[in-house]
Order: sequence, then structure tokens, then C-alpha cells
Amino acid sequence: MAEKISILIVDDEESVRDSLQNWFVEDGYHVECAENAKKALHLLDDREFDIILADIKMPGMDGMEMHRRIKALNRDSIVIIMTAFASVDTAVQALKDGAFDYVTKPFDPDDLSHLIRNAAAQISLRSENEALRRRVTTLEDIDDLIGQSEAISKVLKQIENVAQSSSSVIITGESGTGKELVARAIHSNSSRRYFPLISVHCGALTESLLESELFGHEKGAFTGATFNRKGRFEMADGGTIFLDEIATISPKMQVELLRVLETKSFVRVGGNREITSDFRVICATNRDLLSMVKNGTFREDLYYRLNVVNITIPPLRERVEDIPLLVNHFIKKYCTSMSRDMITIEPAALKHLEHFEFPGNVRELENMIERAIVIGNGKEIKLRDLPMGKEAINSSVESLDELEKRHIEQILVKYGWNVSRSAKALKVDRVTLYNKIRKYDLKQKE
Amino acid sequence: MKEKKIILLSCGPFEKEFLGKIALATGTEFNRAVIAEECYLDLAPFYSPGRRQYDGNKLLHHLPECTGREYDKLIGLFKVDIFIPILTFIFGQAVLGEQTAIASVYRLRNELYGMKQDNDLLLSRSIKEVVHELGHTFGLIHCHVSTCVMRSSTYVEDIDQKSSSLCLRCRTLLEEGQK
Repeated sequence: MAEKISILIVDDEESVRDSLQNWFVEDGYHVECAENAKKALHLLDDREFDIILADIKMPGMDGMEMHRRIKALNRDSIVIIMTAFASVDTAVQALKDGAFDYVTKPFDPDDLSHLIRNAAAQISLRSENEALRRRVTTLEDIDDLIGQSEAISKVLKQIENVAQSSSSVIITGESGTGKELVARAIHSNSSRRYFPLISVHCGALTESLLESELFGHEKGAFTGATFNRKGRFEMADGGTIFLDEIATISPKMQVELLRVLETKSFVRVGGNREITSDFRVICATNRDLLSMVKNGTFREDLYYRLNVVNITIPPLRERVEDIPLLVNHFIKKYCTSMSRDMITIEPAALKHLEHFEFPGNVRELENMIERAIVIGNGKEIKLRDLPMGKEAINSSVESLDELEKRHIEQILVKYGWNVSRSAKALKVDRVTLYNKIRKYDLKQKE
Repeated sequence: MKEKKIILLSCGPFEKEFLGKIALATGTEFNRAVIAEECYLDLAPFYSPGRRQYDGNKLLHHLPECTGREYDKLIGLFKVDIFIPILTFIFGQAVLGEQTAIASVYRLRNELYGMKQDNDLLLSRSIKEVVHELGHTFGLIHCHVSTCVMRSSTYVEDIDQKSSSLCLRCRTLLEEGQK
């Protein structure tokens, strides 16, 4: 780490500059010197230094003023104020102005070492923090929304446009198309990204449970409410609430939800205190909400309140060109999570995937690839590793001999090439099976 | 080819045996001939009355004038307390990759810290300090390996924790630097 840290020494005394420079160079730091504040600021115009050691008393601009100017340029810079004439006033002022430390010359070598080590540790923590933040943002980014098709590009563009606003969004699409991923992408690209994204699966909860889940409850509100509990709207304060399967909520909950969306305030179940929360609402459904409005099962006013922006995710069958990219993405994802070597997919298997309907959309494809990696040979995903593979293989058999060969091979594999057990299963004697193995040149694979 | 040698300049009343042992250990570590040479240096011009110590920077710059011999590296060993303007004291001083270094045994003595005199410990600390400062003249920076002689030591117990030898990495860097 030491070699990456750069230090600027600002002192009008040459002997101090030389001594410090010599000391820090021996520690492996990159060191530059300036004899006055003007030269230091000039150097700082050209490049950044991790640590700046500045003397207070210098001809022209003093170290305190220089410190203020450095902080105005870069709030994160670490400035250590040095002085041979320490006073409480200057020390307090320096620290108020944001100095990392205030030290009196001459220093004890051990104190100086610790000081620089602490500063270096802070720099390291800061850069680590930035890297982790970037990583988290990237992870939550549009990472899993893979595709280059026109349909998915349109969705990505919509996400980008809508993320910066606080408007309500309804995401529609068939099951497994990635509605929650889109919601996450909107949240992680919005200014609310450092606050929580709270997901509620409305379809999985009964009316009373959903009410308690969304609004929270006070102790004793109902049987089993043994303590106060925050609701999801309260938890989402500053962030986003994602209501999945919004079409499943009851008429009563629709009224309650409409009121919360209008006032951004609510009362916990069993409580009487009004709670306000600043959240953004993103909903998702695989049903046609407009038809539900027309037939009276979904409130029109709630629909228009939620449907400020509508993002429709196309089903996978309408973006077949994305399948190879998605397959590669899932192979990479699961090989990495299973700590396996990266594998490929045979062209025949990919071709079958491209012609498959995928009623379960991307989720179904993902599950297929995960399963194929688990049961496959660890080198390549074969057609037989896919659920539709056996059917495809069988349907491609034309001759009776070929069918017999494959069936015998499957039985042999099933019984671990135990000829006696395989012959019994096939209801033939062992000699017949040996003859068939010889005839079809069947060999046990490694 | 001219022999590469290190001169260990005795800038104080040191016993010959003491200097000889330091020279031997240093020579072994750097694989060079080390010549111990006495020097009669008037330290008065280097004294800082305000600090009641001797200016290490000035001593370092003056040291080459104290020998008439040719050398590859030169280290002056002092008995007085030395400082550099920014630090309260130093055990030694060198300029990275240059020819000259200084070291002082003043703060290596047990007696300074109220403990019983220990000549063996003083010798061991002095060897480590001389090897450390000479390491800097060969371009070696401070090392993070706890037993390496190039580990930074800001108080005397630090010196006792490390060995008098270079770690494998520093030795490799030393050998690469000499090619």
C-alpha cells in the first residue's frame, strides 16, 4: 500500500523538507515538496496528493489559509498541520477546518510513523469503501437484464429515463420475465439507491396479513401481535417499495393503498399515531390491469395513481436473439457460484433453446441452465442435459436399430454398466445383451 | 576490477573489538569487505545548543571529508545523540541509494532507559542499525517483514524484535540492484 501513497510537504525551511522527504522515501512513499503555499497550490492544480503536511508559519499565505483552500478544492484530502509554535487556538481552528491532525515540531519518530500510518489506513478504508459502493451499485445495476434485442433495449432505455424521477411505475410482463429485476434496476439507478428497496409479494399474503405487513402493527393489535412492528411502508422511508402481484390485492386494500399513496401517511394496525414515510412505489403484475378496471375488479383511481409510467417486459419468445447471451450469462453465473470451470453449450442444444417457447420465460431458461450445469459432464451442456433434450433426441431417431441402441445404452448407464441387472431390466438374457453391446459398439464412458 | 568495499568510520571512542564485530557482521550481510577506520572529527560545529544534540543532516554531508580512502559505501558510527530538524532524535540516517550513512549508539544503550548495562545487547543493536542504514544506501526501503533488518524501528525495543539479516525479498532486491 505504501508505494501508492503520495505525500506533499509544504514548509519554508529546506532542512525540514529534506528531513521529512528523506524519512518518508525510506518508508516507500512518493514524496514531493513545496517551499510555500503558492507553489503547493500550483502542484495541487496538476495532481492530487493523498497526504499534505503543511507548516503554519510560512512567508506569504500561511498554512491555515492554504489548508482552507485545499479543503475547498477537495474535501477528502488529508491535511496534517505542523507547527513549531503550538497554541490551543490554532490547533482548534485547524481541526475545525477539517485538518487530519495538528502536530508540533519536532516530532517523536514513533508518533510521526503512527500518524502517517493512520492517515494511510484512512485513505485505504476510503478507497475500499468507494470500491465496495461501486461494486454494490454494479451488482444491483442492470446486471441481470441481459439482451441486445430491440425489445429489451427499449426496456433499458425506459428504466434509465424513469429512474431519476420519483413517479410510480407499473411493470407488466409474463411470469418469469424479470419484473423484480427491472424494479431493482430502477431503484439502484435512482437517487434513492442508498435507502432500502422493500419488496412485498402481495399474492402470497392474506388481506389481514398484507395489511399488517404494509402498515405495521402495535403490540396487542391482534392475537400474536406481541410487540410493535414497523410496516413495509415505514421501512421503505427514503427508498422504494416494490409491490409484486398488485392485481391480487382485495378491494379493501386497494382503498387503503390509494389513501397511503395520496397522503404518504398511515396508521399502524391497532395504533392511532399518524406515520409519514417518503417512498416511491413500483408495482408489478402479469395480469391486464386495464381489463380489470373495465370489469370493476381493480379501482380505476388506484390504477391511474400507480400507472404514471408503464414498462412492459417482452416474453422471451419475442426476443429469441437474446437467448445465446442469456445462456452465456447464466453459465457464467452458475459456474462461478458453484466454483466450477467455465463450460460451453453445444450448438444443437442452443438451437433447441432458441426454438423453445419458454412459457416460464427467463426464469425457466435460468433454471434449465442451472440444472444442466449440475447434471452435465462439466465441460459442455449437451442436448440431453436439457429437460426437452430427451424428447428431442427420441424424436430425431429414425430407425428401429437406432432406437434400440439408445435404449440399451440408457439402461446400461442407469445400472452403472452392470450387464446382469441391465439384462434383467431389458428382459433379455445376458448373452443377448452382450451381442447387442457388440453389435452397436457400445462402450462405457469415462 | 576495483574491490567494492564499505568503510565503517569510527567517529567516537569505540573499542577495536566492538568495531571489528560490527565490521564482520556487516561484511557478511552485504558480501563486501568492511574496513573499520578511526576518524578524529571535531563535533563542535555540529552541536545544536538549542536541542543539545548533534545535527544528523550536517554530519551526513560532512562525512565523506573524513576519509581519504576510496569506498563503495561509507557509514559513520557515533556515540553522541543525533537529530534531524523535524524529529526529536534518530538512531541513524542515510540517503536512499546514495553512498553515505550515519548511525549512533547513544540511544541504543540500556543505561539511557534506566536499565543495566548490557554490552552484548548494545553490540547486537549496533550491528542491526549499521546494516539497516547501509541497506538504505543500497536502495532498500523499509520492509514489513517483522524479522527483517530493514523493518522501520522508531524505538529501541523495535530494534530488538528484528534480526540483523535481510529477509528474502530484501536480499533479492539487493542482489538485483547490484547487477
